[in-house]
Amino acid sequence: MKMIAIPKKEWPAGLAKAAGSFRLFGPVKEKEFHSFKRLENGQLPDFSCQNTRLSPKHLVYPQSEVMLTYSLDESRPDHHIMKEAPADTSPRAVLGIRPCDAKAFVLVRMNFDTPDYKDPYWLRAYESTTFVGLSCASPCSSCFCTTAGCGPFHEEGLDVLLADAGDHFLAKVLTEKGAAWVAAGGWTQTADAKAEGRLADLRQAAEAKIASQVQTESLKAADTTALYNAGFWEEVSFACINCGTCTYSCPTCWCFDIQDETRGTSGVRMKNWDSCMYPLFTLHGTGHNPRGTKLHRVRQRFMHKLKYFVDKYDRGIQCVGCGRCVRLCPVNIDIRRVCGLMNGLAASGEACAID
Amino acid sequence: MLSYAEKIREIAGRLLTSGSVEMVIGFRQGTVPMMNEPHFAKTPAQVQALVWDSHCGINLANYLTDRKEKIGIVAKGCDSRNIVTHIIENKIKREQLVVIGVPCKGMVDKRKIAMKCPGEITAVIEDEAGVTAKGGGFSQRFEKKDVLQHNCSLCIHRNPVIHDELVAEPVPEQQGVDRYADVRSLEAMGPEQRWKYVEELLAPCVRCYACRNACPLCYCPTCFVDEARPQWVGKGQDPQDVRAFHFLRAYHCAGRCTDCGSCERSCPVGINMRVFTKKLEKDCLDLFGWEAGLSLEVRPPLDTYRPQDPNDFIK
Ligand code: SF4
Ligand code: SF4
Ligand code: SF4
Ligand code: SF4
Ligand code: SF4
Repeated sequence: MKMIAIPKKEWPAGLAKAAGSFRLFGPVKEKEFHSFKRLENGQLPDFSCQNTRLSPKHLVYPQSEVMLTYSLDESRPDHHIMKEAPADTSPRAVLGIRPCDAKAFVLVRMNFDTPDYKDPYWLRAYESTTFVGLSCASPCSSCFCTTAGCGPFHEEGLDVLLADAGDHFLAKVLTEKGAAWVAAGGWTQTADAKAEGRLADLRQAAEAKIASQVQTESLKAADTTALYNAGFWEEVSFACINCGTCTYSCPTCWCFDIQDETRGTSGVRMKNWDSCMYPLFTLHGTGHNPRGTKLHRVRQRFMHKLKYFVDKYDRGIQCVGCGRCVRLCPVNIDIRRVCGLMNGLAASGEACAID
Repeated sequence: MLSYAEKIREIAGRLLTSGSVEMVIGFRQGTVPMMNEPHFAKTPAQVQALVWDSHCGINLANYLTDRKEKIGIVAKGCDSRNIVTHIIENKIKREQLVVIGVPCKGMVDKRKIAMKCPGEITAVIEDEAGVTAKGGGFSQRFEKKDVLQHNCSLCIHRNPVIHDELVAEPVPEQQGVDRYADVRSLEAMGPEQRWKYVEELLAPCVRCYACRNACPLCYCPTCFVDEARPQWVGKGQDPQDVRAFHFLRAYHCAGRCTDCGSCERSCPVGINMRVFTKKLEKDCLDLFGWEAGLSLEVRPPLDTYRPQDPNDFIK
């Protein structure tokens, strides 16, 4: 698709125009750190942000989302009938999302959009959104996207990819949705013939700056039981306090729990993020929990991301290398290290699948 | 404090070799700047991984709860006070422990340092009086006293209160510290202003519970927020439920909190929920002359009755 040049001086006016047909969201700094927020009239997304502290997954998949509402008031004809909760599904654009976070939505979609099951809440939010990505010219030292199936200029999941080219943005339009957004902003200047080459150079320079890696090549062939029974889990899980910070900050974690909350006679059925790090996760009605200890929970996190997911979907690991869990884990449990241990065990032959 | 690491390894090695403990709990070198990972050594060879510097702010008493082994544990002042509290509350036995005391000079606050640096910090080098943070195109040195964790800047119990080994001579305790300036300013607010303050304080909370889980006091098998029958608190992001969690948790820590700062340190969004526990800490000091974790002999105020206890709340 085509490449547009957006002069930076035309950026604010174009956004104001686009705001006529899109609700705009972007990184905004409040006190200490950036997060994705609805942009007020005339407010610009802050592109100086390396990445938001927490992922933008809440835009499509809020931490708490009311799905249905009900009334217990028996004098009402509609009592005890679940009703769809209102939701705003008018078009919106998320500006300045990083490629890792956009790719993460693609991974999460594999769970929420299958031939058998479709999550209408996730899907309608996702489908109403246009993702305008900002490539990473200076990635964080803890980003490892290039070895996690992604990269600082990765395009999967994006509708437009922006690259900072000095006095203008190069905007690579990737989808119809992206074209509609560019049109709404009124940016029409097609980039010159050298733009493709410039983008490739910028991409190469950015990829070269990624300082950290994971090794994943032996995970797929590894024997699941051998990995599950590996000796290192006690050491890996020891420090973990089961806080769920890793899950909540992760763009690819998708687990949720459903709760009814009633106040007086009216109530809501909502879904809330859950985490395999929590004691209630997979707790059975009998009181038994197959993941009853810290070791089980930590192992679940890493086995899901780095083995079960790999086996089930054959699309790489359930991690895009954004590095958030690495930066935010209060006790420094580092997925890069754990991935290395798992991959290393697999590569050593001790965890080879027997075929 | 840098020389402590060598001594910790020596003591840990000796304890494991002689068989007086089955494991030693300490810290190992982190994988990102200003972070270390709680870690255990079970063999003399493994003690080489143990480190010590100004990034060991996590309270290791948290790792003792209900363990059955004989354990050597590295403990700074606050950890030792939580170990005392753990012993008093029957979460571990004194006989199980060999406490490797660390006279503490305070832990640095990585957020403070990050906010004072112009870009991402990729390395931090420590010397005896401070740290130097380096990143793309900058190198900045900080005096330790300027970048201490808030709780450490107010700490008057840096030396371990119980120990079987000591890695260095005791350090002088900080004198003339105004420990409760923040609480007094909270107390001075009118109800509306205080409510607003609390609302703003807790607005970014994602209810990950890192603050609770980093806390050695929060060892209940089922925390009240996780109870389902009855369910005390809603599970969503309703500010009322978020507040209920924070207020109740703080009360559960009354008379027990040592202000080790693990909670604040662990919060992914930088909330200072310590104001709640500090208010209760101050109340315990004012009303009962009590500071948590200083003695194995004296029972805490909330499980004892003394005739001189204040009772003017009974009308
Ligand atoms: S963030 Fe770290 S301590 Fe918290 S649950 Fe995840 S791995 Fe465990
Ligand atoms: S597992 Fe960690 S690095 Fe990977 S996507 Fe999630 S938060 Fe990012
Ligand atoms: S890692 Fe845990 S919380 Fe994340 S998606 Fe997998 S099971 Fe769910
Ligand atoms: S609270 Fe005191 S003992 Fe604890 S880390 Fe800070 S200075 Fe050290
Ligand atoms: S650690 Fe922070 S975000 Fe998590 S529950 Fe506590 S205050 Fe909230």
